Amino acid sequence: MAKQPIITVKNLVKNYDDFAAVKGISFDVYDGEIFGLLGPNGAGKTTTLEIIETLRDKTSGEVTVDGLSIDHDADKIKQRIGVQLQAAGYYPNLNLSELIKLFCGLYGIDKTPSEMLGKVALNDKAKSKYKELSGGQKQRFSIATTLINNPKIIFLDEPTTGLDPQARRNLWDLIREIRDNGTTVVITTHYMDEAEELCDRVAFIDGGHVVGIDTPNHFIDQLVASGFERKKQVKLANLEDVFINLTGKEWREG
Amino acid sequence: MNQMKKYSNARATLAIAVASFRSIIRSPSAVVFSLAFPLIFIIVFANIGGSPVTVDVGVAKSCDTINPVYQILKKTGVVHLIKNQSASEMASNLSKGTIDVILDIKNNRGLNNHEKGWTIYPPLSALGGGKSPFTVNIQYTKASQQKDGIFRSLLNGILFQINSMGSTVEQPVAELKEATVQGREYKYIDFILPGMLGFSLLSSGVFGTAFVFLSLRLTLVIKRFFATPVKRYSIVVGEALARLVFSWIGALFIITVGHYFFGFTLVHGLITVVNMLILSAIGLIIFMGFGFIISGIAKNESSVPPLSNIITLPQFLLSGTFFATTAFPSWLQGLANILPLTYLNKAMRDVAFEGAGMGDVTHELLILGIWFIIVYAVAVKTFKWE
Repeated sequence: MAKQPIITVKNLVKNYDDFAAVKGISFDVYDGEIFGLLGPNGAGKTTTLEIIETLRDKTSGEVTVDGLSIDHDADKIKQRIGVQLQAAGYYPNLNLSELIKLFCGLYGIDKTPSEMLGKVALNDKAKSKYKELSGGQKQRFSIATTLINNPKIIFLDEPTTGLDPQARRNLWDLIREIRDNGTTVVITTHYMDEAEELCDRVAFIDGGHVVGIDTPNHFIDQLVASGFERKKQVKLANLEDVFINLTGKEWREG
Repeated sequence: MNQMKKYSNARATLAIAVASFRSIIRSPSAVVFSLAFPLIFIIVFANIGGSPVTVDVGVAKSCDTINPVYQILKKTGVVHLIKNQSASEMASNLSKGTIDVILDIKNNRGLNNHEKGWTIYPPLSALGGGKSPFTVNIQYTKASQQKDGIFRSLLNGILFQINSMGSTVEQPVAELKEATVQGREYKYIDFILPGMLGFSLLSSGVFGTAFVFLSLRLTLVIKRFFATPVKRYSIVVGEALARLVFSWIGALFIITVGHYFFGFTLVHGLITVVNMLILSAIGLIIFMGFGFIISGIAKNESSVPPLSNIITLPQFLLSGTFFATTAFPSWLQGLANILPLTYLNKAMRDVAFEGAGMGDVTHELLILGIWFIIVYAVAVKTFKWE
């Protein structure tokens, strides 16, 4: 199957008053993949993401999402994408099912709260407030709100930051499931093991530039071929495997 | 997929209104400011308004209580008689002003001691041959001179009546004829309730709007909204709609309680109520404008209360919420006559008590209109979406 780009970014530049956050970034995201944007804090990941999401104006460059230009069709793009923001809250004093109804209204889509909460296994929390949820539950709820409009692409900005290993694994399963249902996923993360495990392709961004795009495997093979060796011999398991082995794979609420 | 249906801005606006309304009724501060505070003020002031002044009178242990002066004092209703305090307690309370006067009436029959104080000539000869059977001793205090004046003239009146009854009947030099014009009774509740309604709209509009929009901005709720196809005006209109419905419910509650429990006058009944609700909406929209400005200026949630108080407190005190602005010195009246709440209160009172319609308060509406333009011109400049 030929890979179709669903997002194309060409020479994207974003200048704030006296600071260039993004300095000419180009990349494609293919239909149906999990695409990772990786890089240190301040590299320009979130800015790039928010420009694609039509939340922020670009300085120059071209971005198309599902064949639509962000310059002219921002409203149409918004109907086709789902967005999870880093550290965003939800309307205060409402429970999850009321929040889902609110988003159904905002998207103009008829879905029941139980259908959406069911997708992320939060039906038993329908009457809870967002702030009463655990970290993992909060992220799953955020993902549920991104799925309301049957989006072609969802954007997840550091969804696993601060989660324990079980909750993280649980979220990976959810993200893979979403991808397997035909939705393209664009994700940012600081955890390279996560990117290696989850992403079909990754782009490294540093100082406002793309410094490499490839599959995780290919990147690793290349580095090894160049003669790189870890100082410490890698064992067949790591401490996280020990953690999961000792505390069990099931994810706990709370 | 199924999503290419025409997008409805009305539906999005309504969804925000419903969410916001749910959030408001679950927020304790909104309920306290809009319902509890006005109600408490109304209860307190309506009761103060009912019996204007009472003089606290300490009755000395040695006081004779079966004489006519004491009996009349007891019946006036202006005097609150305190009997359960010792002499030293009474003396100290008098100097602090918690007691206004100490009363000690001496029965002189058989004792024949003429002390300082008023002497009473008995109304009936049966009281005995002595010239002055009672002496009324009063101790006043500098701590409460106003009430002392009231008590002094009250006592003078009583003594004059009693003494003149005792003397031989004469033709009165002049006769007083009193008449009260029949009219609608203007109760204090008729003054205080529209003022409280205005105050409730002011605090809900300013505090509520400022807090909600600031926190929606800081917690990135608005940013998340912008990732959906919703329009900006839907967010503003939805929020305003929710606050309006909540304020109307609050106004209806206050008016209902005021009318049925405190006799608040509604000249044309339901039409008056409807007119009051229209005025409430106009007031709320203007006050929300202040809230938008504050939400734009405030850096964080703790700077909202001081900024809001700058807007609400002067209006609360100066706009005729508790007292008519005519009681102020002229320079203060000048200030009061600028504030929007002054005009909302005036219009409310005219509508409720005089039975005015919207067409009769055009002057007030015009000034509120000017405020609307000023406030929203500033709000458009200062409001921040993110």
